[in-house]
Amino acid sequence: MIKVEHLVKKFGLRTAVDDISFTVEKGTVLGFLGPNGAGKTTTIRMIAGYLPPTSGAVTVNGIDVGADPVGAQKQIGYMPENTPLYDEMTVQAFLRFMAEIRGFSGKERDRRAAAMLDVCMLGSVRHQPIETLSKGYRRRTCLAQTLIHDPPVLLLDEPTEGLDPNQKQVVRDMIVRMAPEKIIMMSTHVLEEVEAICSRVMIISEGRLKADSHPAELKKRSDGFNTLTIEVLAPAEPAVAAFGRIPDVAQVVRVAGTAEKQVLRLVPRDKQSLAVRAIETAAENRWLVTELRSEPGRLDDVFRQITTTADVVKKSA
Amino acid sequence: MDMISRSWAIAKREWSSYFNSPVAYIFIIIFLALAGFFTFSVSGFYEAGQADLRGFFFWHPWLYLILVPAVAMRLWSEERRQGTIELLFTTSVTPAQAIVGKMVAAWAFLGLALLLTFPVPLTAAWLGQPDWGVIVSGYLASLLLAGAYLAVGMFTSALTRNQVISFALAVVLGLFLILAGFQPVTELLSQWAPGWLVDGVAAFSFMPHYEAMQRGVLDARDFIYFASVTGFMLFLTQLVLDNRTGR
Repeated sequence: MIKVEHLVKKFGLRTAVDDISFTVEKGTVLGFLGPNGAGKTTTIRMIAGYLPPTSGAVTVNGIDVGADPVGAQKQIGYMPENTPLYDEMTVQAFLRFMAEIRGFSGKERDRRAAAMLDVCMLGSVRHQPIETLSKGYRRRTCLAQTLIHDPPVLLLDEPTEGLDPNQKQVVRDMIVRMAPEKIIMMSTHVLEEVEAICSRVMIISEGRLKADSHPAELKKRSDGFNTLTIEVLAPAEPAVAAFGRIPDVAQVVRVAGTAEKQVLRLVPRDKQSLAVRAIETAAENRWLVTELRSEPGRLDDVFRQITTTADVVKKSA
Repeated sequence: MDMISRSWAIAKREWSSYFNSPVAYIFIIIFLALAGFFTFSVSGFYEAGQADLRGFFFWHPWLYLILVPAVAMRLWSEERRQGTIELLFTTSVTPAQAIVGKMVAAWAFLGLALLLTFPVPLTAAWLGQPDWGVIVSGYLASLLLAGAYLAVGMFTSALTRNQVISFALAVVLGLFLILAGFQPVTELLSQWAPGWLVDGVAAFSFMPHYEAMQRGVLDARDFIYFASVTGFMLFLTQLVLDNRTGR
């Protein structure tokens, strides 16, 4: 379990992380979102024991990171932002080195490095110097390094940044496969990724925790959530009037239409689902529904809503 | 045990990183070429007609002044620039373990370069009957001197991610440590400064200790001096790194 309590980090006068608290349990894939400069990397670095917090505390599986960083780090596999690696080393030599400073030696060291080459599909490049690798292989090499001591906690800072869609999928598949056994906390800018693999999402902005929820729950906060678009064979005015009488409908907008076919948008009063009542209404009037689409909500809308800060508003105004 | 194995892993990595790049070979070639040039051309090894290595060891403080910072400047700056320092210090490695590992590798490398000057004493032995005790003591002094320079360079390297700045700072600090006890300078100083001050400043310098060992005088105080300069610089390095990583 990761437990973060009232974490604060100040750099001079600037407060990068401002009183963040949360806990993460085993089996969770936590997506950590926020605009650039929101404090994601700083938070992750404090959990990893690289940066000392200004105040507050982090414990990882019961070990206080501030008091015993060495002990806490044994629990953690950490992939820093921008995948720093020893460029002049070969992939295999690098992994053996990482195994060795993680405390493995001899056969065990070689066995673990070989296992990681296998798990992260690096076998074909294992004798290549890291500086000659493509971005995808670099990421995977860095990921292999985080897994080499089979830690219960993974901290991944933008693990899929800069990868092509295929490479992204490979990394995501690996994360999903490991998820049940571990705590995985990953920061990312890719919202579809959060929807695809995260069981929990946190959004921070200006160093503060702004949202902490399941991705599906969070999507419901989207402005247009459950807005129903209905295409119906009906005359314009009666249709607008009939759908407008549904109690949960706040507003009916006629998007397009001809004399006998209308495309209407029904906006719910309180983000309720309108589909059933809309179909019933059409049936009562013997209108044929040709298309029905409910707005699933969009995470990027919610993200923008939550993280748009005063200065951005000013600039775009 | 854990501590030693981690330092050892880091030392091995550093050592092979020297030889994975041209740096090691270039350094060794330059060191040997310059050492040879100064010994045979400038000091006049043959003309002196003496089977000793004074003309050889005399130049080492000056060679090291430039060459050791060139080896040391990348020790931490490079980790910073590549960002690998973050990797290193999030894997249960402590700054002390990393410092020891890097120091061992770099010092061993300088020792190797020094060892490769073996033709010089062999030449002396072929031409005459040198005092082997003095030669061994001279090599020992040179190795200790290299270690002290290295610790200075390690410290300046930890200060900055810029290798040029690290190099320049190390040269300036090294120059101070030479000149404070270099005879022409101490003579100049003693014209206006009181004797105790000149002696006090000179006591910080490499030179009196290095020169004493060159003469074949093995005094515990000289060992203690080199050990404390090296130890102090490594301690400062640890302070800088602790400050960076917050431990």
